[in-house]
Amino acid sequence: MKSFHNQLKGWGRSISLGWFLAYRQVKRSSLATTVLIVFVMTLTFLNLVVVRGVLVGLLQGATNNYKNHYAGDIIITNLPKKNYIEHSQEIINNIKNLPSIDSYTHRYTEGGEIEANYKEKVRVTDDPNSAGTTIVGIDPDREDSVTGLAKFVVEGRYLLPDDTDGILLGANLLRKYLDIEAPNISLLENVEVGDKVRVSIGGVRKEFIVVGILKSKTDEIDFRAFIPEVTMRSLVGRGDYNVDEIAIVLEKGTDPLLAKEMILRSNVEKYARVLTWEESLPKFLIDIQNTFGLLGNAIGSIGLVVASITIFIVIFINAITRRKYIGILKGIGVMPGAIEVAYVMQAIFYAFLGIAIGFLIVYGFLVPFVDAHPIKFPFSDGILVAEVPGTILRGVLLLFATIIAGFIPARIVVKQNTLDAILGKTS
Amino acid sequence: MIEAKSITKEFKSGDSKLIAVNNVSFKVESGEFVSITGRSGSGKSTLMYQLGLLDRPTSGNIIIDGVDVTDMTERERTMLRLKSLGYIFQDYALIPELTALENVLVPLLMQGLTHEEARNKAIKSLTRIGLGDRLDHLPSQLSGGQQQRVSIGRAIAHEPKIIFADEPTANLDSESSLLVIKNFIELNKEGQTILMVTHEPEYARMTDRVITLSDGKISSDHRQKAHAKN
Repeated sequence: MKSFHNQLKGWGRSISLGWFLAYRQVKRSSLATTVLIVFVMTLTFLNLVVVRGVLVGLLQGATNNYKNHYAGDIIITNLPKKNYIEHSQEIINNIKNLPSIDSYTHRYTEGGEIEANYKEKVRVTDDPNSAGTTIVGIDPDREDSVTGLAKFVVEGRYLLPDDTDGILLGANLLRKYLDIEAPNISLLENVEVGDKVRVSIGGVRKEFIVVGILKSKTDEIDFRAFIPEVTMRSLVGRGDYNVDEIAIVLEKGTDPLLAKEMILRSNVEKYARVLTWEESLPKFLIDIQNTFGLLGNAIGSIGLVVASITIFIVIFINAITRRKYIGILKGIGVMPGAIEVAYVMQAIFYAFLGIAIGFLIVYGFLVPFVDAHPIKFPFSDGILVAEVPGTILRGVLLLFATIIAGFIPARIVVKQNTLDAILGKTS
Repeated sequence: MIEAKSITKEFKSGDSKLIAVNNVSFKVESGEFVSITGRSGSGKSTLMYQLGLLDRPTSGNIIIDGVDVTDMTERERTMLRLKSLGYIFQDYALIPELTALENVLVPLLMQGLTHEEARNKAIKSLTRIGLGDRLDHLPSQLSGGQQQRVSIGRAIAHEPKIIFADEPTANLDSESSLLVIKNFIELNKEGQTILMVTHEPEYARMTDRVITLSDGKISSDHRQKAHAKN
């Protein structure tokens, strides 16, 4: 017990003297060297947080678009074997009366075909200029207020409620926006705003005028065509007002899972599928998101190793050039532990300062900046995903790696023969 | 106080073997000021490193205060150096980032003194050797002689039983050298045991006893009247 107490006192003295030496060594070291080391630590921390954040943010941008401009917080769709949501109006009335519901929009959807330039066809056997797609009937004002659809108009204008013959085309239905050749994709050629197109849904045909083109980097918008709900109902004979999709936006801070449970309590599941936006995400998107997350972690891990090696080299060079003084300290009776603590504390100082500056850069500049100016990727507007707990964890990991990377070289040099160190001989 | 019993130190390099200290035995009593002299390569510094527990002899024993310290563990030797021995090196061996006062504080803090206690002792020690007005100077801001005196201050601050000085005047001009030797003499007058390696006869003459080494062996060991001290 007494021996343990003495050992404890010895550790206390080593830590205290280690701090004494580390503080003075850092305080009186070259400012340029300190700035350089801290800069390296900051870059390493940014590498750990930002590279992963951008990779995940790239997909997060896509999923945010999916949520904000298509699914809302909760999306209700028809059951797999049904063509539409039965008792849609009852369900909508129920939703309207639920608490925490901010807004909703309903949609009629049917598979159909759009044909352009059909008047220029000379022979019946000529290849049609057509594209298969989902035709969506919407209440233009409601849809815009819930999903902001109007802001994605890149040519022409948005639909008006009385545009009974107007159609908005998703950009990915047009070759000039999606110039790819794929076996199962047919695209409309030479279609401009103001052109007439023919829409066929289940044998019913109607001529529309293209009022605008939508481009949003969200497939659920860019691969669809939108017409007013009134026209859609008459085209598909949906006089019962039964719809196919209801996208619901909740009040800020409401948990979608709780809201979903609330909706399900009114026996909706007999007539429709109720999914939170995350549950409704296409599987490939979730898979890619997970893959990018893993990739980000892998790159981050490499960054962590690089940081460890950097700090190892810095401390090792520092310790080896100060080998003589380490020998002197040992010679006058300073315990090796105190010298090791001094080097570990220096490493902690550099890492802590680097991480703190990195934190300031991430949350004081990068996140707000990228939020305001998303990174323009071809298929999404990427944001920087840097959740505070994850960033703290990465900071702690970097600090831990730095402590080890600082300790090992100090231990290597401290272990050398005291007299050889003092005399500058190699052991 | 300290006794060397048949100390031998060999260095091996490939197949060849160099005997730096060859079967040396002597005893230093408490309060003695002993100089070890000899020509360059005679083994005087090597002998001092063995006695000062900075190195281990190939054979023989070292007794300090009646305790055989030869086979002590590295940790025990470090503790003994901290508590009972003081060192002064040829090139002062001060830590460049620490001020004069901080250099002296290091061994005192390692001993477990509070910062206040250590500071008081360190100031007392530096004042004693005439550096009370240089406490906050870094080694680079001090002359060679002043640096060596800081080194003396560090060696005596914890009141060691014995001080080992390895060629303490080798890098100093004659004026500074004399001041350092005078510091030693004053300390010795107060009862401090000192073992000093020097190749300068005029300083050896100022000590109580001169041990001369030649080819690793003691060629002479004579006590002298301390008249030169005065």
